[in-house]
Amino acid sequence: MPVVFLPFNLRKYAGGARQVVVTGKTLGELIAAMETLYPGMSAHLLEEGRLRPGLVAVCGTTETRQGLRQQLDEDTEVHFIQAISGGA
Amino acid sequence: MVATFEPKKTYKVIGTRPIRHDGYDKVTGRALYGADLKLPGQVWGAVLRSPYAHANITRMDTSEAEKYPGVLAVVTAKDMPKAESKMVDLGEGTVNEKHEVDRIMASDKIVFRGQPVAAVAAVDRNTAEEAVKLIRVEYQPLQPVLTVEEAMAKGAPIILPDLVGDDLGEKVKKTNMAKHFRHEFGDVEKGFSQAKHIVERTFKMSMTHQGYIEPHNAVAMWDEDNRLRIWTGTQGAFAVRKQMAGILKLDESRVKVTPMEIGGGFGGKIPVYLEPIAALLSKKCRRPVKLVMERKAVFESTGPAPGGTLRVKVGVDASGKITAAASDMKLEAGGFPGSAVGAAAMCIYSPYNIPNTTIDGWDIVVNKPKSAPYRAPGAPQAHFAMESVIDELCEKGGWDPIDFRLKNSAKEGTRRGDGVKFGSIGNVDVLKAASRSPHWKSVLNKDTTDGKKRGRGIASGYWFNIGLKSAVTLSANNDGTVSLVEGSTDIGGSRASIAMQAAEVLGIPALDVRPTVADTEGVAYNDVTGGSRTTYATGFAAYEAAIKMVEELKARAARIWNQDPSDILFKDGVFSAKKDSELRLNFKELSKKLGETGGPVTVTGSVDLSTGGGAYGAHIVDVEVDTETGKVEILRYTIVQDVGKAIHPSYVEGQMQGGVVQGIGWALNEEYFMTKEGTMANSSFLDYRMPTTLDLPKIETVIVEVFNPGHPFGVRGVGEVPIAPPIAAIGNALHDALGVRLVETPFKPGRIMEALEAQSKAAAVKPKR
Repeated sequence: MPVVFLPFNLRKYAGGARQVVVTGKTLGELIAAMETLYPGMSAHLLEEGRLRPGLVAVCGTTETRQGLRQQLDEDTEVHFIQAISGGA
Repeated sequence: MVATFEPKKTYKVIGTRPIRHDGYDKVTGRALYGADLKLPGQVWGAVLRSPYAHANITRMDTSEAEKYPGVLAVVTAKDMPKAESKMVDLGEGTVNEKHEVDRIMASDKIVFRGQPVAAVAAVDRNTAEEAVKLIRVEYQPLQPVLTVEEAMAKGAPIILPDLVGDDLGEKVKKTNMAKHFRHEFGDVEKGFSQAKHIVERTFKMSMTHQGYIEPHNAVAMWDEDNRLRIWTGTQGAFAVRKQMAGILKLDESRVKVTPMEIGGGFGGKIPVYLEPIAALLSKKCRRPVKLVMERKAVFESTGPAPGGTLRVKVGVDASGKITAAASDMKLEAGGFPGSAVGAAAMCIYSPYNIPNTTIDGWDIVVNKPKSAPYRAPGAPQAHFAMESVIDELCEKGGWDPIDFRLKNSAKEGTRRGDGVKFGSIGNVDVLKAASRSPHWKSVLNKDTTDGKKRGRGIASGYWFNIGLKSAVTLSANNDGTVSLVEGSTDIGGSRASIAMQAAEVLGIPALDVRPTVADTEGVAYNDVTGGSRTTYATGFAAYEAAIKMVEELKARAARIWNQDPSDILFKDGVFSAKKDSELRLNFKELSKKLGETGGPVTVTGSVDLSTGGGAYGAHIVDVEVDTETGKVEILRYTIVQDVGKAIHPSYVEGQMQGGVVQGIGWALNEEYFMTKEGTMANSSFLDYRMPTTLDLPKIETVIVEVFNPGHPFGVRGVGEVPIAPPIAAIGNALHDALGVRLVETPFKPGRIMEALEAQSKAAAVKPKR
């Protein structure tokens, strides 16, 4: 199952865990599963049904360009990184 | 999940050095820049800017200016559409919409000196400049907040009363801290407990400006049908369109942006400054309105790179392996949130494989101009701090700096400071090439007779490079040439590098591909020229389009020869029939026969790419210091860089050299010298000292090519990483020369003399054995 590396500010929702293993064949499914396991977390990841503006999801070694439709392999690492304006 | 490519051994066009397509226009002065534009009926605008860095606007009266003969329109913040305090993507990352509008035209509060408060359009420039002086503004001056320490101090004046800060996920009000984030991996305390040598240092940096020669400019025409046209020198016409539509509450399709030639940008010409003001003036007077910024305003009100304070602590065990690293980076966002601290966190540890790391980043609002991207935003600051500490550790442990870096080098699969694993990277190859370089192998003669001291320094640097969206259209002409339409502003020779990638696929000379940079209605969406993405992403789009063109031309050849398209071969620019070796046409010959084969041949390529293949550089520098004046001379400088594949080696070398020169300026001279009132005291090129050719030796370049499997020709971004290591490399060379560790930029003569004085005082009080 994909491994999600939680940003520091979301770890409180997962009891302080730095990473969690979550089911999901797509990034959208994975975030939905995270919300079921850790209620309240998805509000920090989604806005109007999309990844929040300024939030970057890295699936594997590269930033996804597919948004929530990004396909995930069994062992994909997923990172959510808060982009800060002015840094691109 | 991502398409991968294999390297090819030989190319016909890639790797050659043809003359640039736009060279003639540039050297003859025929190339049209924004300030050159003169439209029928065009009038001039002028902007009134705040003389205070921090103030409330208590009253404004524009009546005298409005009555002034020749004045056609006056605008203030009241003319700006109402903005909400919400995060929006305006094409340069996400920003708070209200902050963005206030940055362009202050409504009730001034947060940096030079912030626009009103503007005038008049029949000519002189009239506009005279009239704008008649606008009466009353201010209530407030205490300016000029450093991250002042901004974070208890009881500090609050710059943005509506700012809600984010402190590790908790909302904070009445603060100048826009954001505090943390990356944490492994067990840092345990890592430091395993270390034999630990170095911890705090570094301070001043804001620096991109220093582009061409000032910001804009011409706007807002017509009666609510259509807005903009002509401007920008790094991204589509980003301007997006920002204009967002700020002015227009549908994007009503905004057409024409990118003019650009005289440098380096990230600073991604945000809009004058464009919305020119548009509002034009809306009022229904004439094309032109605005050109004066240099003082460029310095005072357009995006510099953030200064700030960085603390780095690194531990190394007895064998020379790094066991842990911890860093705090507090960067100045300027008057509104949005420094490059996030990118700095991605870069700071990237040359190394460190098992235990923490990074704390702070985005801090201060009363200085809103910072903007500047060539590898955040990387020079991060690497100055980290690479200085690494140098000190090498000295403590007695390790050769390249051997140490190789022993601890990041490789494919190593985690970056933010946790993301590297794909294919060339860090090790770069270090090995540096160790083989004539410069590193040479011995620096330190025997001087005139009291001057010499030293050598080395530093590594990383930049992640971005991909994003690009589109290209190719059309075959009947003379055998191909027209290429792209949307990427050409800053550093990208017309050539993009055309060459199409030419390679088509089997024709580079100059037979004729590139044009189009406006926002002449080509599909393109992201900005920035992030070292253009040759990578727009070149990839050109490759895609060229592949399609070959397929279309095969079909046309099949029609001419009455063959099945699947039986047409294409190799080295020649189409041939598999079943009849007599049937052969080269690209030019076939082009002449297209008229009766089904109409014009035109194709498009479009991509939306992830990373442009992370890039590494290692820089070696020799310096000589006059210990009586503190003046530093760069004796020799070598840059070694992984570029993936150099499409046009001359332009790659130019990017490498250009980044180094800007880094030398940042290290030795450049700074925002602020008065306590928050005024930049050196807001001219006379006083803001950038390096000239007289200050520099020839910058030696060593191109390393580690194929990027994410690009058909193996390209990596090259434009930004060369500015990442110079500050640290020069600081390390100065330490080698003088024995003092400089921890604040710039390393100007006065600062060097102070350090030498402190060194000699410390030596004087040291008890003799």
